[in-house]
Amino acid sequence: MSENTNILVVGIGGQGVMTATEILAEAAIAMGHDAKKTEVAGMAQRGGVVSSHLRFGQRVLSPQITPGTADVLLGFESAEAMRWQHMLKPGGITLMNTARLVPPVVELGLFDYPEDPLAEIRKTGNKVVAFDATSIALELGDIRLGNTVMLGAIADHLPFSAETLLDCVLKRFQRKGEKLVALNRRAFEAGRAAVGEAEAAVA
Amino acid sequence: MAAVMPIPAASRVLLSGNEAVARAVWEAGVKVAAAYPGTPSTEMLEVISTYPDLYAEWSVNEKVSLEVAIGAAYAGSRAFCCMKHVGMNVASDALMTLTLTGVVGGLVIAIADDVGLSSSQNEQDSRYWGRFAHVPVFEPADSQEAYAMTLAAYELSEQFQVPVILRMTTRINHVKSLVTVGERAEHVGAGFTKEPGRFVMVPGNAGKRIPLMFQREIKLREVAEASPLNVIEAGSDKRVGFITAGPAYMHVKESFPNAPVLKLGFSCPLPVEKCRELAAMVEQVVVVEEVEPLVETELKAQGLKVLGKEILPLQGELAPNVLKPAIAKLLGEPVPVVSERLAPAQIFPRPPTMCVACPHLGVYYTLSQVRNLNISGDIGCYTLGAGHPWNALDTCVSMGASMGIALGMDKGRGEADKDKRVVAVIGDSTFLHMGMQGLLDMVYNKGNVTVLLLDNRAVGMTGGQDNPGNGRDIHGEEAPRIDFAKLVSALGVKDERIHKVNPYELPVLFKTIRDEVKVPDVSVIITDQPCVLIKDYHKLKPFEVIDDKCTGCGNCIDVGCPAIHVTRRGKEVKPSGREVDLAFVRIETSVCTGCGLCVQPCAPKAIQHYAPVSPIKLVQGGCAA
Repeated sequence: MSENTNILVVGIGGQGVMTATEILAEAAIAMGHDAKKTEVAGMAQRGGVVSSHLRFGQRVLSPQITPGTADVLLGFESAEAMRWQHMLKPGGITLMNTARLVPPVVELGLFDYPEDPLAEIRKTGNKVVAFDATSIALELGDIRLGNTVMLGAIADHLPFSAETLLDCVLKRFQRKGEKLVALNRRAFEAGRAAVGEAEAAVA
Repeated sequence: MAAVMPIPAASRVLLSGNEAVARAVWEAGVKVAAAYPGTPSTEMLEVISTYPDLYAEWSVNEKVSLEVAIGAAYAGSRAFCCMKHVGMNVASDALMTLTLTGVVGGLVIAIADDVGLSSSQNEQDSRYWGRFAHVPVFEPADSQEAYAMTLAAYELSEQFQVPVILRMTTRINHVKSLVTVGERAEHVGAGFTKEPGRFVMVPGNAGKRIPLMFQREIKLREVAEASPLNVIEAGSDKRVGFITAGPAYMHVKESFPNAPVLKLGFSCPLPVEKCRELAAMVEQVVVVEEVEPLVETELKAQGLKVLGKEILPLQGELAPNVLKPAIAKLLGEPVPVVSERLAPAQIFPRPPTMCVACPHLGVYYTLSQVRNLNISGDIGCYTLGAGHPWNALDTCVSMGASMGIALGMDKGRGEADKDKRVVAVIGDSTFLHMGMQGLLDMVYNKGNVTVLLLDNRAVGMTGGQDNPGNGRDIHGEEAPRIDFAKLVSALGVKDERIHKVNPYELPVLFKTIRDEVKVPDVSVIITDQPCVLIKDYHKLKPFEVIDDKCTGCGNCIDVGCPAIHVTRRGKEVKPSGREVDLAFVRIETSVCTGCGLCVQPCAPKAIQHYAPVSPIKLVQGGCAA
């Protein structure tokens, strides 16, 4: 049972967290794994917290990742990446978008947004790679590509090849035309490169 | 709505529990499927409606949906209805007599318990209905089982002419896992046979059906004892054996892979002998069930020595991080200490909020500006009005309850509330679900309540489903559309007390509410702008804040739109000597849809239409929007 891979994808409602996790699940299944995907989403469509759990391996029983056992945390938003650090196993890695999405309760002055979520994560001793997925997507011309950038970012941190994941991503866009397929391929590679470069800089 | 691709038979696909049930309903040859949306059950009917060769409908409430299914089953066809746990409370009146008549065509009722309250007003255990109504209950543990048990439930339903409850929980409905699907089998209905002794439940007839119900239950218990859905799985660690069902089974297997387990799939009537069999194999038995101790209590009454809620919580999911410490403690093993490392970071909460440009924003901003109101609320997106910055909703109990509770607050007001005005807030779909009767009661009993009927033409919170208020059926095709003004008029509200208001016109809304709360009568104010997430909504040119003009007053923040962000804060000393906080803002133009709500309270006119400096392409929505 301990052979399962646990991937936690976090962000806020509307960012595409659940779709990204579903594509990761499809890739795991394409590799012959059993897989389960589950969310703690609540009324997430309304800008709430979303944490999506993906477990895959020979056979998956409980769909939930137990705190302290996630292999990889893919964070679509800075503070959310920080919020869920406790889910990582010792030695687990966080791949996070540096975007900050500030909720109304903070704008109203009722709470503070952490000044530097990345620094807070580093303090925990967990490995973390940060990159600006939102800017990468905007540079490619459409903020909606952020989702694919995030999937590219995790591509080299999975127990299967990046190409398998890329195939599953592009399959989603096949019916929407060559142009979108090409754009998403670029977004995927850009996310992958961003993480690669950030890791090389640390090493 | 979930996009459904035609899935070929024998393929193995990733499906949620809801999608798996939908597939099985179609394969079982079901002819009629009905439901009212409710998290986490909604996608079952959404997906069913995309399959061919069956009739699917959004009913106005769960009781009607069950009655529609009952009619189809009486007519000999296979029928399906589904609902969230609280929906069954509404439908239960029909269920409690349906159990006496039984069915002809198979009838399965899927009930989705929101264990963990991800999107509900309470946590309930729907397995009680099986005991209460003396009908069988199946409990799947993943999508494959949800699929297979739905098919098995139709067989059992027809074999015993009994409706079967499929008890699901959020962790089944919304978990995606692999399912091998099959082919559709046609089901040919027998047709309706007039049989008053069975279908006309007057006392003389019903009394004769009750003994039959109990005889049926005895036979069903025998079937449960032998059912392949109830399996003992041997294990080498015999210190504790587990009796469990549903998602809790997966958690038990994950946590204690070597323990003997009785997995209950057909859990009501309870196969007590099977439970005894497990008990004889192990040193002690722990019953792991979400939520209530139903199996545990029944086994104790049968003289079995089992443990359950003495060591496990009565609320929430029984995940491995709950089970492992509880069992370790029972066995006298060291209990794993939850280290600080395993606690979530203590940062700001991110509660769900209303969408950018939501028409409800105008309503709650206005309600927050009117003094001396007690506001009776209801179930829907507008329940969020209880949160910041509006704090303008004071009660939320059950679907349609805003009406009766408002009348009760009016009639039961004490001296302390004599100057308070009572307001009720209800959405279009909730009003049609169960609010109409409350309004009728209010009119009939001469209440003094101002009702805000927020018609956004959708069941918003569950994803914008259609309803009789928006003129579209479950397939998005044209359907008769109710006229809310005429409807409330027909319920007896005086025509001069009925107002239709655009919720984006704040001065009109404010004046209408302020005027109507002063009138000692029933008033209905209908807001008429669509949910921003449905196709009826049209985006307008976005706004931006002219930085030089912003005085930091923060009035626009009180609207509560998530597109407004603070850029810097400051303090100012007023001529009176009072120090006030300042918050200078910007608008996220990429998500602003130009509703204009924030423009209206902005005194310095600092919010103007967005004029991009360079001609960059404007994009909407999507990641990090």
